[in-house]
Amino acid sequence: MTAIQESDIVRLPRGVRLREDKQRGGWVLLAPERVFQLDGIAQTVVSEVDGERSVGTIIDRLCDTYQAPRERIAEDVTTMFAGLIEKRVLEVM
Amino acid sequence: MASSEVPQPPMGMLAELTHRCPLQCPYCSNPVALERRRHELDTATWQRVFAEASEMGVLQVHLSGGEPALRPDLPELVQACADAGLYSNLITAGVNINRARLETLADAGLDHVQLSVQGATPEVTDHIANMSGAHARKRAFAAEVTALGLPLTLNAVIHRANLHQIDDFVELAIELGARRLEIAHAQYYGWALVNRAALMPSREQVMSALERVEAVRERLQGRLVIDAVMPDYHARLPKPCMNGWGRQSLNVTPSGKVLPCHAAETIPHLEFWNVADHGLREIWYDSPAFNAYRGTDWMPETCQSCERKEIDWGGCRCQALMLTGDAAQMDPVCEKSPYHDEVQTLAVLDAAGDADFTYRRFARTPEGA
Repeated sequence: MTAIQESDIVRLPRGVRLREDKQRGGWVLLAPERVFQLDGIAQTVVSEVDGERSVGTIIDRLCDTYQAPRERIAEDVTTMFAGLIEKRVLEVM
Repeated sequence: MASSEVPQPPMGMLAELTHRCPLQCPYCSNPVALERRRHELDTATWQRVFAEASEMGVLQVHLSGGEPALRPDLPELVQACADAGLYSNLITAGVNINRARLETLADAGLDHVQLSVQGATPEVTDHIANMSGAHARKRAFAAEVTALGLPLTLNAVIHRANLHQIDDFVELAIELGARRLEIAHAQYYGWALVNRAALMPSREQVMSALERVEAVRERLQGRLVIDAVMPDYHARLPKPCMNGWGRQSLNVTPSGKVLPCHAAETIPHLEFWNVADHGLREIWYDSPAFNAYRGTDWMPETCQSCERKEIDWGGCRCQALMLTGDAAQMDPVCEKSPYHDEVQTLAVLDAAGDADFTYRRFARTPEGA
Protein backbone atom coordinates (compact mmCIF):
# COMPACT_ATOMS: atom_id res chain seq x y z
CA MET A 1 0.00 0.00 0.00
CA THR A 2 1.23 3.49 -0.90
CA ALA A 3 2.65 5.40 2.05
CA ILE A 4 1.12 8.83 2.38
CA GLN A 5 2.51 11.79 4.34
CA GLU A 6 0.53 14.51 6.10
CA SER A 7 2.50 17.08 4.14
CA ASP A 8 1.34 15.59 0.82
CA ILE A 9 -1.09 17.60 -1.25
CA VAL A 10 -3.63 15.43 -3.03
CA ARG A 11 -5.98 16.04 -5.90
CA LEU A 12 -8.46 14.27 -8.12
CA PRO A 13 -6.63 13.54 -11.38
CA ARG A 14 -8.13 14.71 -14.64
CA GLY A 15 -10.83 12.26 -15.65
CA VAL A 16 -12.06 11.80 -12.09
CA ARG A 17 -15.06 13.83 -10.99
CA LEU A 18 -17.09 14.08 -7.80
CA ARG A 19 -20.78 14.74 -8.33
CA GLU A 20 -24.14 14.33 -6.73
CA ASP A 21 -26.27 11.42 -7.91
CA LYS A 22 -29.72 12.90 -7.60
CA GLN A 23 -31.55 9.89 -9.05
CA ARG A 24 -30.17 7.35 -6.60
CA GLY A 25 -29.25 9.74 -3.79
CA GLY A 26 -25.78 10.36 -2.42
CA TRP A 27 -22.56 11.26 -4.20
CA VAL A 28 -20.39 9.41 -6.68
CA LEU A 29 -16.83 9.56 -7.88
CA LEU A 30 -16.82 9.14 -11.65
CA ALA A 31 -13.61 7.65 -13.02
CA PRO A 32 -12.53 5.97 -16.25
CA GLU A 33 -15.20 3.34 -16.81
CA ARG A 34 -15.92 3.14 -13.12
CA VAL A 35 -18.37 4.63 -10.69
CA PHE A 36 -17.58 4.69 -6.96
CA GLN A 37 -20.66 5.26 -4.81
CA LEU A 38 -19.56 7.16 -1.71
CA ASP A 39 -21.12 6.95 1.72
CA GLY A 40 -21.63 10.13 3.74
CA ILE A 41 -18.23 10.01 5.40
CA ALA A 42 -16.33 9.25 2.19
CA GLN A 43 -18.14 12.09 0.47
CA THR A 44 -17.17 14.53 3.25
CA VAL A 45 -13.53 13.45 3.07
CA VAL A 46 -13.28 13.52 -0.74
CA SER A 47 -15.03 16.91 -0.83
CA GLU A 48 -12.09 18.28 1.18
CA VAL A 49 -9.72 17.44 -1.68
CA ASP A 50 -9.17 20.64 -3.64
CA GLY A 51 -5.62 20.29 -4.92
CA GLU A 52 -4.39 22.89 -2.40
CA ARG A 53 -4.96 21.47 1.06
CA SER A 54 -2.40 19.07 2.48
CA VAL A 55 -3.51 15.76 3.95
CA GLY A 56 -2.70 17.19 7.41
CA THR A 57 -4.90 20.22 6.82
CA ILE A 58 -7.74 18.00 5.67
CA ILE A 59 -7.39 15.91 8.83
CA ASP A 60 -7.45 19.06 11.00
CA ARG A 61 -10.57 20.33 9.29
CA LEU A 62 -12.33 16.98 9.69
CA CYS A 63 -11.41 16.96 13.41
CA ASP A 64 -13.35 20.20 13.75
CA THR A 65 -16.31 18.79 11.82
CA TYR A 66 -16.53 15.47 13.63
CA GLN A 67 -15.18 16.38 17.07
CA ALA A 68 -13.27 13.09 17.11
CA PRO A 69 -9.73 12.21 18.24
CA ARG A 70 -7.19 13.36 15.64
CA GLU A 71 -5.36 10.05 15.70
CA ARG A 72 -8.43 8.13 14.61
CA ILE A 73 -9.37 10.56 11.88
CA ALA A 74 -5.79 10.61 10.62
CA GLU A 75 -5.80 6.85 10.32
CA ASP A 76 -9.16 6.72 8.53
CA VAL A 77 -8.22 9.48 6.10
CA THR A 78 -4.79 8.12 5.19
CA THR A 79 -6.22 4.61 4.73
CA MET A 80 -8.97 5.92 2.48
CA PHE A 81 -6.57 8.07 0.46
CA ALA A 82 -4.09 5.23 0.04
CA GLY A 83 -6.91 3.04 -1.29
CA LEU A 84 -8.00 5.73 -3.76
CA ILE A 85 -4.41 6.30 -4.90
CA GLU A 86 -4.04 2.59 -5.56
CA LYS A 87 -7.14 2.74 -7.77
CA ARG A 88 -5.66 5.81 -9.45
CA VAL A 89 -8.61 8.04 -8.65
CA LEU A 90 -6.53 10.26 -6.37
CA GLU A 91 -2.99 11.48 -6.82
CA VAL A 92 -0.26 13.15 -4.80
CA MET A 93 0.85 16.37 -6.44
CA MET B 1 -38.12 -9.68 -10.87
CA ALA B 2 -41.00 -9.77 -8.42
CA SER B 3 -43.73 -7.69 -10.02
CA SER B 4 -43.84 -5.17 -7.16
CA GLU B 5 -40.17 -4.26 -7.60
CA VAL B 6 -39.39 -1.17 -9.65
CA PRO B 7 -36.15 -1.48 -11.62
CA GLN B 8 -33.31 0.87 -10.75
CA PRO B 9 -32.33 3.47 -13.34
CA PRO B 10 -29.34 2.64 -15.56
CA MET B 11 -25.85 3.90 -14.65
CA GLY B 12 -24.19 3.56 -18.04
CA MET B 13 -25.10 3.95 -21.68
CA LEU B 14 -23.23 2.64 -24.69
CA ALA B 15 -23.88 5.00 -27.60
CA GLU B 16 -22.95 3.32 -30.88
CA LEU B 17 -22.72 6.47 -32.97
CA THR B 18 -21.92 4.63 -36.20
CA HIS B 19 -21.05 1.17 -37.40
CA ARG B 20 -18.59 2.53 -39.94
CA CYS B 21 -14.96 1.83 -39.03
CA PRO B 22 -11.57 2.03 -40.74
CA LEU B 23 -10.51 -1.22 -39.03
CA GLN B 24 -11.82 -4.69 -39.82
CA CYS B 25 -11.17 -6.58 -36.60
CA PRO B 26 -12.51 -10.13 -36.76
CA TYR B 27 -13.51 -10.07 -33.06
CA CYS B 28 -15.79 -7.04 -33.40
CA SER B 29 -18.88 -7.17 -31.19
CA ASN B 30 -21.00 -5.32 -33.74
CA PRO B 31 -23.71 -7.34 -35.46
CA VAL B 32 -22.80 -9.03 -38.74
CA ALA B 33 -25.58 -6.99 -40.38
CA LEU B 34 -24.02 -3.57 -39.82
CA GLU B 35 -26.29 -0.51 -39.82
CA ARG B 36 -25.60 1.87 -42.67
CA ARG B 37 -24.81 5.55 -42.63
CA ARG B 38 -28.13 6.70 -44.03
CA HIS B 39 -29.94 5.14 -41.04
CA GLU B 40 -27.77 6.87 -38.42
CA LEU B 41 -29.42 9.21 -35.90
CA ASP B 42 -28.87 12.91 -36.50
CA THR B 43 -27.11 15.28 -34.11
CA ALA B 44 -30.26 16.70 -32.54
CA THR B 45 -31.64 13.25 -31.72
CA TRP B 46 -28.43 12.16 -30.01
CA GLN B 47 -28.39 15.43 -28.07
CA ARG B 48 -31.93 14.74 -26.86
CA VAL B 49 -31.02 11.15 -25.96
CA PHE B 50 -28.07 12.32 -23.84
CA ALA B 51 -30.25 14.84 -22.01
CA GLU B 52 -32.88 12.16 -21.36
CA ALA B 53 -30.21 9.70 -20.22
CA SER B 54 -28.88 12.14 -17.65
CA GLU B 55 -32.36 12.99 -16.38
CA MET B 56 -33.16 9.34 -15.77
CA GLY B 57 -29.93 8.63 -13.86
CA VAL B 58 -27.27 7.62 -16.38
CA LEU B 59 -23.85 8.75 -15.12
CA GLN B 60 -21.45 7.63 -17.83
CA VAL B 61 -21.77 7.54 -21.60
CA HIS B 62 -19.46 5.42 -23.73
CA LEU B 63 -19.21 6.95 -27.19
CA SER B 64 -18.49 4.00 -29.38
CA GLY B 65 -19.09 2.45 -32.77
CA GLY B 66 -17.75 1.39 -35.16
CA GLU B 67 -15.42 4.33 -35.02
CA PRO B 68 -17.23 7.27 -33.35
CA ALA B 69 -14.72 9.78 -34.77
CA LEU B 70 -16.15 9.16 -38.24
CA ARG B 71 -19.09 11.28 -37.12
CA PRO B 72 -18.28 14.90 -38.05
CA ASP B 73 -20.53 16.05 -35.17
CA LEU B 74 -18.53 14.18 -32.49
CA PRO B 75 -17.46 17.42 -30.71
CA GLU B 76 -21.10 18.55 -30.48
CA LEU B 77 -22.06 15.18 -29.07
CA VAL B 78 -19.28 15.32 -26.46
CA GLN B 79 -20.46 18.83 -25.61
CA ALA B 80 -24.03 17.54 -25.19
CA CYS B 81 -22.76 14.94 -22.70
CA ALA B 82 -20.82 17.59 -20.78
CA ASP B 83 -23.83 19.95 -20.74
CA ALA B 84 -25.95 17.15 -19.30
CA GLY B 85 -23.34 16.39 -16.60
CA LEU B 86 -22.56 13.01 -18.13
CA TYR B 87 -19.08 11.50 -17.92
CA SER B 88 -17.99 10.95 -21.52
CA ASN B 89 -15.74 8.12 -22.57
CA LEU B 90 -14.50 7.98 -26.17
CA ILE B 91 -13.93 4.41 -27.35
CA THR B 92 -11.79 4.75 -30.45
CA ALA B 93 -9.44 2.94 -32.78
CA GLY B 94 -7.29 6.09 -32.73
CA VAL B 95 -6.35 6.07 -36.42
CA ASN B 96 -8.31 9.09 -37.66
CA ILE B 97 -8.17 11.77 -34.95
CA ASN B 98 -5.47 14.39 -35.41
CA ARG B 99 -4.16 16.76 -32.77
CA ALA B 100 -6.52 19.62 -33.66
CA ARG B 101 -9.59 17.39 -33.52
CA LEU B 102 -8.52 15.86 -30.24
CA GLU B 103 -8.08 19.36 -28.79
CA THR B 104 -11.61 20.23 -29.92
CA LEU B 105 -12.92 17.12 -28.18
CA ALA B 106 -11.00 17.90 -25.00
CA ASP B 107 -12.30 21.48 -25.04
CA ALA B 108 -15.83 20.17 -25.49
CA GLY B 109 -15.41 18.37 -22.18
CA LEU B 110 -14.29 14.85 -23.06
CA ASP B 111 -13.45 13.01 -19.83
CA HIS B 112 -11.59 9.90 -20.93
CA VAL B 113 -10.19 8.07 -23.95
CA GLN B 114 -10.21 4.32 -24.42
CA LEU B 115 -7.91 3.31 -27.25
CA SER B 116 -8.12 -0.15 -28.79
CA VAL B 117 -4.90 -2.00 -29.52
CA GLN B 118 -5.17 -5.16 -31.57
CA GLY B 119 -1.60 -6.21 -30.92
CA ALA B 120 1.43 -4.98 -29.00
CA THR B 121 3.55 -4.78 -32.16
CA PRO B 122 2.92 -3.33 -35.65
CA GLU B 123 2.86 -6.76 -37.32
CA VAL B 124 0.15 -8.13 -35.04
CA THR B 125 -1.99 -4.97 -34.89
CA ASP B 126 -1.93 -4.35 -38.62
CA HIS B 127 -2.76 -7.98 -39.38
CA ILE B 128 -5.68 -8.24 -36.93
CA ALA B 129 -7.10 -4.81 -37.83
CA ASN B 130 -6.39 -5.49 -41.52
CA MET B 131 -5.01 -1.98 -41.86
CA SER B 132 -1.45 -1.23 -42.75
CA GLY B 133 0.15 1.41 -40.52
CA ALA B 134 -2.59 1.17 -37.88
CA HIS B 135 -0.22 0.46 -35.00
CA ALA B 136 1.99 3.46 -35.71
CA ARG B 137 -1.05 5.74 -35.91
CA LYS B 138 -2.35 4.41 -32.61
CA ARG B 139 0.96 5.08 -30.90
CA ALA B 140 1.01 8.63 -32.21
CA PHE B 141 -2.58 9.16 -31.11
CA ALA B 142 -1.85 7.85 -27.60
CA ALA B 143 0.99 10.35 -27.31
CA GLU B 144 -1.37 13.20 -28.23
CA VAL B 145 -3.91 12.03 -25.65
CA THR B 146 -1.45 12.01 -22.80
CA ALA B 147 0.20 15.25 -23.98
CA LEU B 148 -3.19 16.93 -23.57
CA GLY B 149 -3.46 15.48 -20.08
CA LEU B 150 -6.47 13.32 -20.92
CA PRO B 151 -6.63 10.01 -19.06
CA LEU B 152 -5.95 7.05 -21.33
CA THR B 153 -7.03 3.42 -21.16
CA LEU B 154 -5.68 0.82 -23.53
CA ASN B 155 -8.10 -1.92 -24.46
CA ALA B 156 -6.66 -5.16 -25.77
CA VAL B 157 -9.08 -7.85 -26.87
CA ILE B 158 -7.13 -11.07 -26.66
CA HIS B 159 -7.53 -14.34 -28.49
CA ARG B 160 -5.41 -17.01 -30.13
CA ALA B 161 -3.56 -14.62 -32.45
CA ASN B 162 -2.26 -12.22 -29.77
CA LEU B 163 -2.54 -14.01 -26.44
CA HIS B 164 1.21 -14.50 -26.37
CA GLN B 165 1.63 -10.72 -26.11
CA ILE B 166 0.15 -10.08 -22.66
CA ASP B 167 3.43 -8.87 -21.16
CA ASP B 168 4.02 -6.73 -24.25
CA PHE B 169 0.59 -5.09 -23.89
CA VAL B 170 1.53 -4.18 -20.33
CA GLU B 171 4.85 -2.71 -21.46
CA LEU B 172 3.06 -0.77 -24.19
CA ALA B 173 0.49 0.61 -21.73
CA ILE B 174 3.25 1.88 -19.46
CA GLU B 175 5.29 3.27 -22.31
CA LEU B 176 2.29 5.14 -23.72
CA GLY B 177 1.38 6.58 -20.32
CA ALA B 178 -1.96 4.77 -19.95
CA ARG B 179 -3.55 4.87 -16.53
CA ARG B 180 -5.54 1.74 -17.17
CA LEU B 181 -5.27 -1.42 -19.26
CA GLU B 182 -8.16 -3.69 -20.13
CA ILE B 183 -7.25 -7.20 -21.10
CA ALA B 184 -10.46 -8.61 -22.45
CA HIS B 185 -10.78 -12.12 -23.76
CA ALA B 186 -12.86 -12.11 -26.95
CA GLN B 187 -16.53 -12.75 -26.33
CA TYR B 188 -18.23 -14.69 -29.08
CA TYR B 189 -21.00 -12.54 -30.51
CA GLY B 190 -21.38 -10.74 -33.81
CA TRP B 191 -18.22 -10.93 -35.89
CA ALA B 192 -16.36 -12.76 -33.14
CA LEU B 193 -18.88 -15.58 -33.39
CA VAL B 194 -18.30 -15.82 -37.14
CA ASN B 195 -14.57 -16.03 -36.36
CA ARG B 196 -14.75 -18.26 -33.34
CA ALA B 197 -12.68 -21.03 -34.89
CA ALA B 198 -9.94 -18.52 -35.76
CA LEU B 199 -9.92 -16.85 -32.33
CA MET B 200 -10.58 -19.48 -29.68
CA PRO B 201 -7.56 -20.21 -27.49
CA SER B 202 -6.93 -23.56 -25.87
CA ARG B 203 -7.70 -24.11 -22.22
CA GLU B 204 -3.96 -24.16 -21.43
CA GLN B 205 -3.43 -20.84 -23.18
CA VAL B 206 -6.33 -19.30 -21.26
CA MET B 207 -5.04 -20.51 -17.89
CA SER B 208 -1.54 -19.26 -18.57
CA ALA B 209 -2.92 -15.89 -19.74
CA LEU B 210 -4.92 -15.53 -16.52
CA GLU B 211 -1.82 -16.27 -14.45
CA ARG B 212 0.22 -13.71 -16.40
CA VAL B 213 -2.41 -11.02 -15.83
CA GLU B 214 -2.61 -11.74 -12.09
CA ALA B 215 1.16 -11.61 -11.66
CA VAL B 216 1.50 -8.33 -13.54
CA ARG B 217 -1.45 -6.75 -11.78
CA GLU B 218 0.13 -7.30 -8.40
CA ARG B 219 3.48 -5.96 -9.57
CA LEU B 220 2.01 -2.75 -10.96
CA GLN B 221 -0.51 -1.90 -8.27
CA GLY B 222 -0.87 1.87 -8.00
CA ARG B 223 0.88 2.42 -11.34
CA LEU B 224 -1.42 0.79 -13.82
CA VAL B 225 -4.96 -0.38 -13.17
CA ILE B 226 -5.48 -3.68 -14.97
CA ASP B 227 -9.00 -4.91 -15.56
CA ALA B 228 -9.57 -8.32 -17.05
CA VAL B 229 -12.59 -9.65 -18.92
CA MET B 230 -12.67 -13.37 -18.40
CA PRO B 231 -12.81 -15.96 -21.14
CA ASP B 232 -16.11 -17.65 -21.37
CA TYR B 233 -16.40 -21.05 -23.04
CA HIS B 234 -13.65 -22.65 -20.97
CA ALA B 235 -15.17 -21.47 -17.69
CA ARG B 236 -17.11 -23.30 -14.99
CA LEU B 237 -19.39 -20.42 -14.07
CA PRO B 238 -21.17 -18.02 -16.42
CA LYS B 239 -20.30 -14.34 -16.61
CA PRO B 240 -22.78 -11.96 -14.96
CA CYS B 241 -23.63 -10.60 -18.39
CA MET B 242 -24.29 -6.82 -18.23
CA ASN B 243 -24.56 -7.37 -14.46
CA GLY B 244 -28.10 -8.46 -15.18
CA TRP B 245 -30.47 -7.80 -18.06
CA GLY B 246 -31.91 -4.28 -17.96
CA ARG B 247 -30.33 -3.70 -14.59
CA GLN B 248 -27.45 -1.21 -15.00
CA SER B 249 -26.92 -0.27 -18.60
CA LEU B 250 -28.39 0.18 -22.02
CA ASN B 251 -27.12 0.33 -25.56
CA VAL B 252 -28.31 2.62 -28.35
CA THR B 253 -27.51 1.50 -31.89
CA PRO B 254 -26.57 3.92 -34.71
CA SER B 255 -30.17 3.93 -35.94
CA GLY B 256 -31.61 4.51 -32.46
CA LYS B 257 -32.74 1.07 -31.37
CA VAL B 258 -32.32 0.65 -27.63
CA LEU B 259 -30.99 -2.73 -26.53
CA PRO B 260 -30.25 -4.30 -23.15
CA CYS B 261 -26.88 -5.41 -24.56
CA HIS B 262 -25.12 -5.06 -27.90
CA ALA B 263 -25.97 -8.60 -29.01
CA ALA B 264 -29.63 -8.61 -27.92
CA GLU B 265 -30.91 -8.38 -31.48
CA THR B 266 -29.79 -11.97 -32.01
CA ILE B 267 -32.84 -12.96 -29.95
CA PRO B 268 -35.45 -12.81 -32.70
CA HIS B 269 -38.67 -12.74 -30.67
CA LEU B 270 -37.74 -9.58 -28.72
CA GLU B 271 -39.34 -6.24 -29.58
CA PHE B 272 -36.92 -3.32 -29.41
CA TRP B 273 -38.09 0.27 -29.26
CA ASN B 274 -36.40 3.17 -31.01
CA VAL B 275 -35.55 6.59 -29.55
CA ALA B 276 -37.31 8.10 -32.58
CA ASP B 277 -40.63 6.76 -31.27
CA HIS B 278 -40.22 6.64 -27.49
CA GLY B 279 -38.52 8.47 -24.66
CA LEU B 280 -35.50 6.71 -23.14
CA ARG B 281 -37.20 6.41 -19.74
CA GLU B 282 -40.25 4.75 -21.26
CA ILE B 283 -38.01 2.32 -23.16
CA TRP B 284 -36.04 1.39 -20.04
CA TYR B 285 -39.06 0.79 -17.82
CA ASP B 286 -41.79 -0.33 -20.22
CA SER B 287 -40.40 -1.81 -23.44
CA PRO B 288 -40.96 -5.54 -23.91
CA ALA B 289 -37.28 -6.27 -24.61
CA PHE B 290 -36.05 -4.74 -21.35
CA ASN B 291 -38.66 -6.54 -19.28
CA ALA B 292 -38.19 -9.91 -20.97
CA TYR B 293 -35.31 -11.14 -18.78
CA ARG B 294 -35.15 -8.51 -16.06
CA GLY B 295 -34.66 -9.70 -12.49
CA THR B 296 -34.99 -13.40 -11.65
CA ASP B 297 -38.63 -14.41 -12.36
CA TRP B 298 -37.85 -15.63 -15.88
CA MET B 299 -35.12 -18.01 -14.67
CA PRO B 300 -35.37 -21.79 -14.96
CA GLU B 301 -35.60 -23.83 -11.75
CA THR B 302 -31.87 -24.59 -11.55
CA CYS B 303 -31.10 -20.85 -11.48
CA GLN B 304 -34.02 -20.06 -9.16
CA SER B 305 -32.64 -22.40 -6.51
CA CYS B 306 -28.99 -21.40 -7.05
CA GLU B 307 -27.24 -19.27 -4.45
CA ARG B 308 -25.52 -17.36 -7.27
CA LYS B 309 -28.70 -16.24 -8.99
CA GLU B 310 -28.18 -12.59 -8.06
CA ILE B 311 -24.43 -12.81 -8.70
CA ASP B 312 -24.44 -14.34 -12.18
CA TRP B 313 -27.98 -13.22 -13.10
CA GLY B 314 -28.33 -16.42 -15.14
CA GLY B 315 -25.38 -15.51 -17.35
CA CYS B 316 -25.94 -14.43 -20.93
CA ARG B 317 -29.30 -14.67 -22.74
CA CYS B 318 -27.80 -14.35 -26.21
CA GLN B 319 -25.37 -17.17 -25.52
CA ALA B 320 -28.15 -19.34 -24.13
CA LEU B 321 -30.11 -18.91 -27.36
CA MET B 322 -27.09 -19.35 -29.59
CA LEU B 323 -25.89 -22.58 -27.98
CA THR B 324 -29.11 -24.19 -26.70
CA GLY B 325 -31.80 -22.72 -28.95
CA ASP B 326 -33.65 -21.18 -25.98
CA ALA B 327 -32.88 -17.68 -24.66
CA ALA B 328 -34.55 -18.50 -21.31
CA GLN B 329 -32.21 -21.45 -20.65
CA MET B 330 -29.43 -21.03 -18.11
CA ASP B 331 -26.18 -19.92 -19.72
CA PRO B 332 -24.69 -23.16 -21.10
CA VAL B 333 -21.25 -22.15 -19.81
CA CYS B 334 -22.52 -22.91 -16.29
CA GLU B 335 -21.42 -26.31 -15.01
CA LYS B 336 -24.99 -26.97 -13.85
CA SER B 337 -26.24 -26.72 -17.43
CA PRO B 338 -26.94 -29.95 -19.34
CA TYR B 339 -25.16 -28.26 -22.28
CA HIS B 340 -21.97 -27.47 -20.34
CA ASP B 341 -19.94 -30.41 -21.70
CA GLU B 342 -21.02 -29.61 -25.24
CA VAL B 343 -19.73 -26.05 -24.91
CA GLN B 344 -16.40 -27.25 -23.55
CA THR B 345 -16.05 -29.69 -26.44
CA LEU B 346 -16.90 -26.95 -28.90
CA ALA B 347 -14.16 -24.76 -27.43
CA VAL B 348 -11.60 -27.54 -27.67
CA LEU B 349 -12.50 -28.21 -31.31
CA ASP B 350 -12.40 -24.54 -32.27
CA ALA B 351 -9.08 -24.06 -30.50
CA ALA B 352 -7.55 -26.92 -32.46
CA GLY B 353 -8.58 -25.51 -35.83
CA ASP B 354 -6.60 -23.24 -38.15
CA ALA B 355 -9.39 -21.13 -39.65
CA ASP B 356 -8.57 -17.81 -41.34
CA PHE B 357 -10.08 -14.50 -40.27
CA THR B 358 -13.29 -13.29 -41.86
CA TYR B 359 -12.71 -9.55 -41.65
CA ARG B 360 -15.50 -7.23 -40.52
CA ARG B 361 -17.01 -5.45 -43.52
CA PHE B 362 -20.28 -4.10 -44.79
CA ALA B 363 -21.98 -6.63 -47.01
CA ARG B 364 -21.87 -5.78 -50.69
CA THR B 365 -25.41 -5.16 -51.78
CA PRO B 366 -26.88 -3.57 -54.90
CA GLU B 367 -28.23 -0.70 -52.77
CA GLY B 368 -24.68 0.15 -51.63
CA ALA B 369 -23.65 1.96 -48.44
